[in-house]
Amino acid sequence: MTTAPEFTLCEQLIVAASEAWRGNGELVATGIGTAPRLAASLAKVTHTPELMMTDGEAFLVEEPVPLGPRGYDDRKAAGYLPFSRFFDAAVWSGKRHAMVTPSQIDRFGQTNISYLGGTYDQPKVQMLGARGFPGNSIYHINSMFVPAHSKRVFVEGEVDMVSSVGYNPARRLAGANFDRVDLRLIVTDLCVMDFGGADHEIRVIMLHPGVRFDQAQDATGFALTAAPEIRETPAPTVEQLAIIARFDPHNLRASVIKDNPAGKRN
Amino acid sequence: MNKQLTVEQFVASLKSGMTIGIGGWGPRRKPMALVRAILRSDLTDLTIVTYGGPDVGMLCAAGKVKKLIFGFVSMDAIPLEPYFRKAREAGTLDILELDEGMLQWGLKAAAFRLPFLPTHVGIGTDVMTHGGFKTVQSPYDDGEVVLAMPPLKLDAALLHVHRADKLGNIQALGPDTYYDEWFARAADRTFVSAEEVVDRMDHSYPEDARANIVERCFIHGVVEAPLGAHPTSMPPSYGWDMKHLKAYAASAREDGGWDSWLAGTVGADEAGYLDRAGGKDAIAALPLPIF
Repeated sequence: MTTAPEFTLCEQLIVAASEAWRGNGELVATGIGTAPRLAASLAKVTHTPELMMTDGEAFLVEEPVPLGPRGYDDRKAAGYLPFSRFFDAAVWSGKRHAMVTPSQIDRFGQTNISYLGGTYDQPKVQMLGARGFPGNSIYHINSMFVPAHSKRVFVEGEVDMVSSVGYNPARRLAGANFDRVDLRLIVTDLCVMDFGGADHEIRVIMLHPGVRFDQAQDATGFALTAAPEIRETPAPTVEQLAIIARFDPHNLRASVIKDNPAGKRN
Repeated sequence: MNKQLTVEQFVASLKSGMTIGIGGWGPRRKPMALVRAILRSDLTDLTIVTYGGPDVGMLCAAGKVKKLIFGFVSMDAIPLEPYFRKAREAGTLDILELDEGMLQWGLKAAAFRLPFLPTHVGIGTDVMTHGGFKTVQSPYDDGEVVLAMPPLKLDAALLHVHRADKLGNIQALGPDTYYDEWFARAADRTFVSAEEVVDRMDHSYPEDARANIVERCFIHGVVEAPLGAHPTSMPPSYGWDMKHLKAYAASAREDGGWDSWLAGTVGADEAGYLDRAGGKDAIAALPLPIF
């Protein structure tokens, strides 16, 4: 395992994000977006082969599907998991770990992809709608990928519409079951965080080389906790970079982070 | 028994104010020929229940929608549907925003004639607070509090499939049939457009009976509409028309863009539509999308 001589920050984040799925066992690893999908693919072909993945359409595959244009039938189906079975089989069974990029995240880990500003009846900016976030968050493991760490994403108060459940005590409805709420990693262009602080506070566990804790704090709308020992995010190995390139033959990862900056070695 | 209808007979059997469910998923396998028939009609004040794509944007732009019940509205490669956004940001639309799983759960509650189905989904989120959902406590020892998802009862459901016969037997090929089956079961009447309508399925395609996603007692009208999912995808037959969808999305940025689109592309009739949209051969040859 040789550390690569050159790599991009995005590739470094993909490697860090793949750690979210380490040891998860037999569940569906869903990475929504270029970097999370590459991270899930990397996890499956390196440290956690038990993971299950789809081709993004309807089939389960044992060899992750590359991103971008390819032959329609290039993917080899090993199983079947269409949307028509997705809630039964993957979400409401808890057999899934998704990594997503919400528009807003608050101190409780609540996220928003519904709308920004205004009101429910007249939003300032309409987005997708809640999609599967309420169900995902109350049933299975979730992680997040944020390519531009800022106060616009990590908001000061609550998110504008709570699309997914977090650890906000004010929203813990009495008698309801929140046992399966399980937020793991947040990987950003500045740092890696988890929910390991007191009462699930968001905590910095890694800083990318050259980034200081106060830089991450200044780009966050709420107080971050520091892990007792903050590590430096490791550089990718030559082997990891080759796998990422194999699953991203059109280099879509070059447009994940503005100007596609180089990564730094530790 | 003959359930075959012309597209004119189909649209004449709907009424303003109805609650209509639309099958498919985002820009995938939408009954767009039926949606276009509604766009060309005088129908108004509709409540639309769907996993939304361009069907929602077009119906909103044409002023047909009073209320939208949705899990999302997206065209995948064009993540944000521009006319849906316009309607939302203008504050002109009544909405009920659901989790994707809640939507199919509400269809199932309607299908089973239940007052509600219990779920954990929605609890702890604003989908619950804004949607006004109520909870119920388990009568068993655990005493757990769960959300009571009410039925999403439909006056009509619209689907697009590959094949139908005149008796109402339908076959949906392709890798995923989404929740079409449950839209049909939740509806008083289901209208299905098909790439091909045959006299008898057992005489034509008996080998594909497993593609019969819902039984014919739930199907009330079938309409032949070749390429009727365009511009959405219809695997394995044809893919979505992203160039067309991009032009549609771009029209939303122009003054009078929707009026031009309605007159120039949707137009007065379905046969002419296929010509205006590039012609049957070009549409039939659209490559399947890669995910």
